[in-house]
Amino acid sequence: MLRKLSGVKIAIALCCVLALTACSKKNTPNLEATNAGLGSGVSAPGSEADFATNVGDRVYFVVDQADLTTEAQETLRKQASWLQQYPGVSIQVEGHSDERGTREYNIALSARRATAAREFLIAQGVEASRISSIAYGKERPAALCDAEQCWSQNRRAVTVITGGARTS
Amino acid sequence: MEISMFKFARLRSARNLILVLSFVLVALVPRTSFALDVDVSGGRINPLPIAITPFLTGGGAEEAGVTLGEVISNNLARSGYFEPLPQNSFIEQITDFNQEPRFADWRQIQAKALVTGQVYVEGGKIRVEFKLFDVNSQQQIAAQQFSTSPKNLRRIGHLASDVIYKALTGIDGYFDTRIVYVDESGPKDQRVKKLAVMDQDGFNVRTLTDGEELVITPRFSPNSQEITYMSIGQGTPRVYLFNIETRQREIVGEFPNMSFAPRYSPDGQRVIMSLLTTDGRNSNIYEMDLRSRQLRQLTNTPAINTGPSYSPDGSQITFESDRGGTQQIYVMGVDGSGQNRISFGNGRYSTPVWSPDGKYIAFTKQAEGRFAIGVMAPDGSGERILTEGYHNEGPTWAPNGRVIMFFRDIPGENGGPQLYSVDITGYNEQQVQTPGFGSDPAWSPRLN
Repeated sequence: MLRKLSGVKIAIALCCVLALTACSKKNTPNLEATNAGLGSGVSAPGSEADFATNVGDRVYFVVDQADLTTEAQETLRKQASWLQQYPGVSIQVEGHSDERGTREYNIALSARRATAAREFLIAQGVEASRISSIAYGKERPAALCDAEQCWSQNRRAVTVITGGARTS
Repeated sequence: MEISMFKFARLRSARNLILVLSFVLVALVPRTSFALDVDVSGGRINPLPIAITPFLTGGGAEEAGVTLGEVISNNLARSGYFEPLPQNSFIEQITDFNQEPRFADWRQIQAKALVTGQVYVEGGKIRVEFKLFDVNSQQQIAAQQFSTSPKNLRRIGHLASDVIYKALTGIDGYFDTRIVYVDESGPKDQRVKKLAVMDQDGFNVRTLTDGEELVITPRFSPNSQEITYMSIGQGTPRVYLFNIETRQREIVGEFPNMSFAPRYSPDGQRVIMSLLTTDGRNSNIYEMDLRSRQLRQLTNTPAINTGPSYSPDGSQITFESDRGGTQQIYVMGVDGSGQNRISFGNGRYSTPVWSPDGKYIAFTKQAEGRFAIGVMAPDGSGERILTEGYHNEGPTWAPNGRVIMFFRDIPGENGGPQLYSVDITGYNEQQVQTPGFGSDPAWSPRLN
């Protein structure tokens, strides 16, 4: 138990360091949006923070699958309606895998995931020209422990706003 | 011998390297006198005791002598086939390069082979000579002399190691080679990945890219001067060619979708890789002719077909595909004909790489949440696991087909991948030292 607690402390400390590092860099809309959304819950409508907090910027996948779960479809429907509300916004869907696979396969698997999310948004009426996609494989995990609780957060497709959002 | 000297000189000048081989004397005794009794299917190797005497030096070459001795000794020890004896156990002290060794003294300390050498500076160049003796037969079995710029000193050590290894085992050496790999730094969720190249013993590390883009899966061309790799940066992730000396980068093709998992053909004229299908759901294997830029599709199934690798004669290709439900290894003709699955064990098989001698396909195997490195024959028979654990991935072959390098991911938030090598018997697993984390190693062909 003690071990576990100290592990958590380290994790928190590391997060702080990461957040600081992130802020000092220029190109981190995601983290800033997430940080802004935490706590307040109030963010400018049509902003990146609004999207991340009130809509949800990511969907999760089952191991080795690219099929959208019911929950994922629900999130993507919300994303689609938000995107229709703000037609000037363009997005990129990032596909990711967990670390428990080989590099090349994970690149291809994460491309499938990005495609699944992108096609669902298109089917919901978002113009295809507004949505690009990219595959990251296992190169950019979001959660860092070596257990399913983290791997399940890493098997994801993240909708990143690339332009046209209002500034919060 | 004249022919090999000629070849050597020609290749050197072609690569603009200042390395002159003055003369070669290799009088090989019958190989059976030392042929290692190595059973590939699992017999433990008894390393051959070898005495490497301190290089005689003069004229400011003292440090060079120490370095040479270390390079040779470390190479031979790391191979697992040799046991360099401690110098403080030596009875005879060699004081003259031309003196006849007192073989009885070397037999007494159980040395089977003896290396003597000298280094001196001559007109701004370093001159290295060494001799290799069979202690039991009291015969000189190899000797060589090199003259080179001091900056090539370690390479001379590797070339000498190759001569000794070959003379004593009958197998080509692999010490005068390089490794290209991915240098990793920074936290796990924001890893910075740079291409890096180093000598096979971990020295002379050079990073080749600035880390702005995510680079993965670098592979050597057969001339060891270019690499092909995948980069994820701005825009569509793509396969590139990169010249190590000029650092010039070239895109392999402006395909509508992502390209990945590249590898050169044995003749260096083509690159094989995966392209994401236009619907974004599947990946198929294509071969591009680098001269004509003609693209040929080799697989066409609604699946992830990737990780292609040519057989050394260029007639076949092994690859992985999940067309049957999970990742498995397949073999096909170089034209895409006769695609047959060869892996049928319990688990998922991926990253197949054909051995330089054509006898094996190395792979990554995932079973019960663990990752192993193994080899099997190209028909799928004789599967052997060489190492197994939390996460081992991405084998690459030493050019003599005796050693496999791979990376091992160390778990934990602050963990990361590191390079390891293992003998094809599964023995002699060793970490390959790199300055930071390292992944995706690829072994070059022999440089000489």
